[in-house]
Amino acid sequence: MMLERNCREVKVREVRFLGTWDEPSDFVELTLENPGWEAYLPGQFAMLRAKHWGLELPWGRPFSISRVDAESVTFLIQVVGRGTSRLARLRQDEVVIIWGPLGNGFSAPAGTPTLLLAGGMGIAPFRGYIESHPSPEFLHLFFAHRAALDFYPYLVMAEKVRAEAVQEHSTDDLPEIIARIETAMDGYAGGLVLACGPTPFLRTVQAHALKKNIRAELSLEKTMACGVGACLGCVCKDGQGRNVQVCSRGPVFPAADVQI
Amino acid sequence: MIDLRVEFAGLVLKNPIITASGTFGFGLEFAAFGDLKRLGGIVVKGLSLKPREGNPMPRVAETPCGMLNAIGIQNPGVEAFLRDKLPLLPWRETAIIANMYASSVPEFGELAQVLSVEEGVAALEVNVSCPNVSFGGAAFGQDPAQIRKVTEEVKKHAKGKPVIVKLSPNVTDIAACAQAAQDGGADAVSLINTLLGMAVDIRTRRPTLANVVGGLSGPAIKPVALRCVHQVCRKVLIPVIGIGGIVSAEDALEFILLGAAAVQVGTANFLRPDQSFRIIDDLPRAMIKARSDSLGELRGSLKLP
Repeated sequence: MMLERNCREVKVREVRFLGTWDEPSDFVELTLENPGWEAYLPGQFAMLRAKHWGLELPWGRPFSISRVDAESVTFLIQVVGRGTSRLARLRQDEVVIIWGPLGNGFSAPAGTPTLLLAGGMGIAPFRGYIESHPSPEFLHLFFAHRAALDFYPYLVMAEKVRAEAVQEHSTDDLPEIIARIETAMDGYAGGLVLACGPTPFLRTVQAHALKKNIRAELSLEKTMACGVGACLGCVCKDGQGRNVQVCSRGPVFPAADVQI
Repeated sequence: MIDLRVEFAGLVLKNPIITASGTFGFGLEFAAFGDLKRLGGIVVKGLSLKPREGNPMPRVAETPCGMLNAIGIQNPGVEAFLRDKLPLLPWRETAIIANMYASSVPEFGELAQVLSVEEGVAALEVNVSCPNVSFGGAAFGQDPAQIRKVTEEVKKHAKGKPVIVKLSPNVTDIAACAQAAQDGGADAVSLINTLLGMAVDIRTRRPTLANVVGGLSGPAIKPVALRCVHQVCRKVLIPVIGIGGIVSAEDALEFILLGAAAVQVGTANFLRPDQSFRIIDDLPRAMIKARSDSLGELRGSLKLP
């Protein structure tokens, strides 16, 4: 119900960047003025483009919504290219064009043991998920990361729910990390597993969920031009092998309904 | 108040701003961002007789001031469009133009037959210029004789609906292609479709698009589009719809100054999803800047040296 209302209310807004940067970083928390959103579903995303981009970068950039409060909306951004490097250099009060919340969100059933599997920047949507969940005592965050832990909002999240983090120093660590993810998932066979992270990470989660018949939802990341289902540039295959837009039909998919 | 209405090829539009095929979905995706009834027209995503999944991913790439796409006419098929999308569109208030893709001349005729019985379809746009499909598309669009043949076939089945032929810039002489469309009975031509382009990644040593090549669109191609529209306007008598890199009301007026009856806005819909509506809002201000009080006065008034 909330999702339907959001979809109808989605508008393009121009909002101010509320933060400042202590020093240049490749991992930033971007806080913008709340565009008038009354509700969103954790897992939903928004398209952002700074007003000063002009025509050089014609596309907005999709980012998972990390958290929303009455005054602000926060995104977690890693600098990877032309758009993110510009967003990480915004000056205070600079204007950002935003449209959202877009897409669907994660299920958040009360009283259901739920494992949150986050890989790197995939931790972003779980911040708001934990803050808005009806029964956070049922949540368990498992965070796999490459960069140092203090680049992520992990500690503030670990104060609210049971949490563990494991760092990948090199690819040699992967077998052990995968084993830990699978063991953690086995403990939620009767509950729910939610995953957000790099594609190989999602493939691991999907394979194990399907093998052990564990209910799981995966949040996908794709390059997008429009974010609203029109350009058909972000499609993936559904369970039947048909193209579906990640922006408007996802970004969250039941593990059995998507090919990644 | 400036009258923004335009009339050409049997169409009466509220204003000259039409959204371009492939950049505005079926219109419904944008209903949250503006009142679709305010648009001059909507050209829907390219339709084929049967559903198509399009090309493999990745099939879009951002480039400086533009983008490449190689979607490959993914669409649910004409029947699904007529059943699921058209009834939801405000076709009584806004011209809904069906963009058609087929891989043979008879198939174009069949598609025209299916679409032309629909009251909600205002006109047919014949895509003889898609660079992203192996048969049909650009293969037709590069040969004036084929353009004429396809146009005649569509016109034969169009039951009086206006037929617009969308032209490719990937030709030596686009005016000759426009002439062929006119000779085939086209009511208008629209141009330009995308320019064939490519992007590569030196780290992976691979093309960015799975299709290797794709169509370039956006502000980067506007000068090419203006040149093409200029050449075509001087060659043919039928109305011309200008397309290519239009992001502002000023851009739209540039094409009208060259003689375009109307324009289509494409990649700008990705700048922000309300951009076409903003361009309409801005037209009166841009008209003042052009020191003109009517589109008719401005149209084709280019002063050549």
